[in-house]
Amino acid sequence: MLRFRDLSFRYKIPLRATLLVLVTAVTLTAANVVREYEQLRTDLFANAESLGSVVAMTLITPLLHDDLWRAYEIVSVPVRQGQDSTLGAEWLLVVDAQGRVYASTRPREQPVGVTLAELGGSVARLAAEYDLAALRGSRAVELEEASDFHLLMPILFDGVNLGTLILAYPKSIFEPRFRSIVERGALVTLLVLALLLPISWYWGRRMADPLVQLADCMSRVGERIPVESEYRLYESRDEVGLAGTQLKLMLAALREKEALEQQIIASERLAAIGRITAGIAHEINNPLGGMLNAISTYKRHGQAERTLPLLERGLLQIKETVAALLVEARLQSHPLNAQDFDDLRTLLQPHLAPKRVQLVWQGGLLGTVALPSTQVRQILLNLLLNAVQAAEPGSEVVCSIEHGRESIEFRVANRGQPIPVERLNHLFEPFVGTSDGGNGLGLWVTYQLVQQLGGRIDVSSNAADGTVVAVSLPAPETDR
Amino acid sequence: MQRREFLFGMAALALPQAGRAEVAPSGVELRIGLTPVFLDDQAAFLNRWRDYLSARSGLTVAFVQRSSYREIVEQILGKTLDMAWLCGYPYVMAQEHLRLLAVPLHLGRPEYHSYLIARHDMAQVEGIDDLAGRVFAFSDPNSFSGSLYPRFLLHERGQSAAQHFRRSFYTWSHRKVVEAVAAGLADGGAVAGYVWETLARLHPEITTATRVVGRSPSYGFPPFVVRADLRPSLAATLQRVFVDMRDDAEGARLLQTLNLDGFVPGDTAMYRSIREMVRLVEQR
Repeated sequence: MLRFRDLSFRYKIPLRATLLVLVTAVTLTAANVVREYEQLRTDLFANAESLGSVVAMTLITPLLHDDLWRAYEIVSVPVRQGQDSTLGAEWLLVVDAQGRVYASTRPREQPVGVTLAELGGSVARLAAEYDLAALRGSRAVELEEASDFHLLMPILFDGVNLGTLILAYPKSIFEPRFRSIVERGALVTLLVLALLLPISWYWGRRMADPLVQLADCMSRVGERIPVESEYRLYESRDEVGLAGTQLKLMLAALREKEALEQQIIASERLAAIGRITAGIAHEINNPLGGMLNAISTYKRHGQAERTLPLLERGLLQIKETVAALLVEARLQSHPLNAQDFDDLRTLLQPHLAPKRVQLVWQGGLLGTVALPSTQVRQILLNLLLNAVQAAEPGSEVVCSIEHGRESIEFRVANRGQPIPVERLNHLFEPFVGTSDGGNGLGLWVTYQLVQQLGGRIDVSSNAADGTVVAVSLPAPETDR
Repeated sequence: MQRREFLFGMAALALPQAGRAEVAPSGVELRIGLTPVFLDDQAAFLNRWRDYLSARSGLTVAFVQRSSYREIVEQILGKTLDMAWLCGYPYVMAQEHLRLLAVPLHLGRPEYHSYLIARHDMAQVEGIDDLAGRVFAFSDPNSFSGSLYPRFLLHERGQSAAQHFRRSFYTWSHRKVVEAVAAGLADGGAVAGYVWETLARLHPEITTATRVVGRSPSYGFPPFVVRADLRPSLAATLQRVFVDMRDDAEGARLLQTLNLDGFVPGDTAMYRSIREMVRLVEQR
C-alpha cells in the first residue's frame, strides 16, 4: 500500500497545500455560520419582538370585548403574509389569562379553550417553566430539543395581564441561510484551490528536483564512487544546496580513502611477497648450507659414500619444499564418496586420544561427487588436524558436510583460543603457521587446493563460537 | 333586549339626522345599507350595481357598508339610510319602521335555509347535538340563519349556546363562519344556505373543508327594505327597478354575480314564522 510518507515531494506539497486551504475554508465557513447564526437569532428575536408587540397591542380590544374571531384574524395576518419571508413566524398563539388557548393560527392542533398543559409538547413546557400570567415584558425562549424558538409577549392593558401572545419560529428557518453560506464557502474554496494547485504543483517540482538529484547521486555510491562529472547537484545556500555541497565533500573524501586503500593493499602484497621469499630462502638455505658443508668435507676427505647421501637428503628436502609450494595435483584419483570419510576417521583416530577430543560428524554425502577424492581428503585432513590441535582438551571438533544442489560445503569447528585478528589476515600465507613442528605450509596448501577446485574458504574466529573454517566447493550434479 | 337597543339607537340618531328625511325623497340621493353578510368583498361589483340602480331609478345611489345588522338598522331608524338589505330577523324586529321592498329569488324561490356546518374532518357530527362541548361559530347576533335558528334549535332542547357549547363566538359574517369552520377554529357553525352555496361556486376550496350537517326548513329570504316614511311613489319606483332587474342584460349579469334569479315584491307573511321564532326564543 502506498503511504503518504512514501510519496514524492512533488505530490506531497500540493496535497499539503490543498489540506491547508480546506482547513482554512472549513474554519472560516464555520466561523461565518456561527456569526450568521448569532446575527439571525438576534434579528429573529428583534423582528419577533416588534411584530409581537404590535400584535399584542392590537389584541387588547378583541380580548376585552371577547371577540375571538377578531383575535384570530389579527394573529392570522403575520402568518399569512410571512409565508414567503425567511423570518416569518410559524404560528402564533393567544393564551387567555386563565392559561387556555384563546385563538391560534393552528386551531386544529391548538383548539380553542384547551389548557396549554393539555396541549402537551413544547407549549406545555413553556407553560410549566414560565409563569405566563406574571409576565411583564417579552421574553425570548429557546427550549432545548424543541423544534421552534418561542417569543412570549404579555398582552397588557392598564397594567393588567389580559393574556399572552406566543410566537413560534422554526429553528430550521436558518437552514437555507446556512446552506447558502456553506455553498458559497465551498465555491470560494474550489476557486482558491484551482488557483493554488498549479502554483503548489510548480513549487513541489521546484522543491523536489534538487532533492531528486541528491537522492540520485547518493544511489550511485556503491561498488565505486562516482566522479564529479557523473552527477549534477543543485547549487545554492539553502539547506538542500548545503546538503549537496556536503555530499560533494563526502564523495571526494571517499574517493581519497579508496585510493589510500588501494595503496595499502599494494604495499601489503609486496610485504607478503617479501615474507614468502624470505621463507623460501630460509627453507632452501638450510639444506643448501648442509650440502655445501658436505661438499667441502668431501673435497678435504674424499669420502663419497658419506657425502652423496647427505647431498641427496638435502636435495630431497628442497624438492619437498618446492613441491609443497607448488601444490601440484597431478595424482589421478577417484570421485569423492562416503568411503573417503571413513578413511579420514581412521587416519585421525590416533590424534584424538592424547587430547581427549571428540570428533563429531554431521551430515554426509548424498552419493558420489565429481570431485577428486585425494585433494578433498587432503583439505579436510589438514583442517581437522589443525582443529584437533587447537581444540581445548576434552572438547568437541565438529565436521559438518552439507551437500547442496550445486555445491558441497564443509565446516570444521572447534572450541579454544581464538585466532588473533592480526593473524587472520595472513592465515593462508606460507610459513606463517606457528604450530609446533609444522613447516607452516598446511593452510597454504589447503588454500591452494581449494583455489584449484574453484571453491572458496572462509575463517571466522571468536571467543564465543570458537574457530570455524568453511570450505565451499562447486560440485556439479552427478548420478546419485 | 336587542329591540330596546334598536329603539335607543333610533332615538339617539333620529334627532341630529332629522334633516336627511327630506333629502332622499327629493330624488338627489338614495343610501342603501349593506352588511358583510353578503358581498362585502366585491367593491367593483358594488360600483357596477350602484351605477345600474342610479341609471334605472334616476337617483344618486350610494352603498353604505357596515359591519353589523344593528348598525344598519340604527341608521335606517335614524334616517341616515333610506334602504337596506336586511336579514329577516332584524326586519321583523323593526317591522313597524320598515316597509318590504323586494325579496330576492334564489333557485327560483324567495326562500332560503339556515345551514348547520361542521368541520370536514369531523365525520361523527351529524347535527347540533353532536356539537355539544365543542366550539361553535355564529355569524351576526341579529342574523336569522347564522344565529337565531341555531339558538332556536337549542331552545327546543331547553338549552342555551353557553350551556351547549364549550365556546361560541360571532364572526359578524356568514362567509367568515365558513372560514372559521374550514380553518378548524370552530368545530361547527351556522350560516345562510345561500351564502354557503354561493361560496361553494366561487371558492370551493373553503367550503370543501366544511360539511353541511343540517338544513332548516325554508324561511323568507333576507329582503330589501326601505324606511316606512319613504315617499311611497319613490318606493314603488325602486321596487319596480328591482323586480325588473332580471328583464335586462346588465341586470341579469348582476343577478348572476349575486347568484340570484331575480326579485319579487314579497309579502310580510313570509316572515311570520321568523317573528314567531323570535317570540319563542326571546321569551326565555
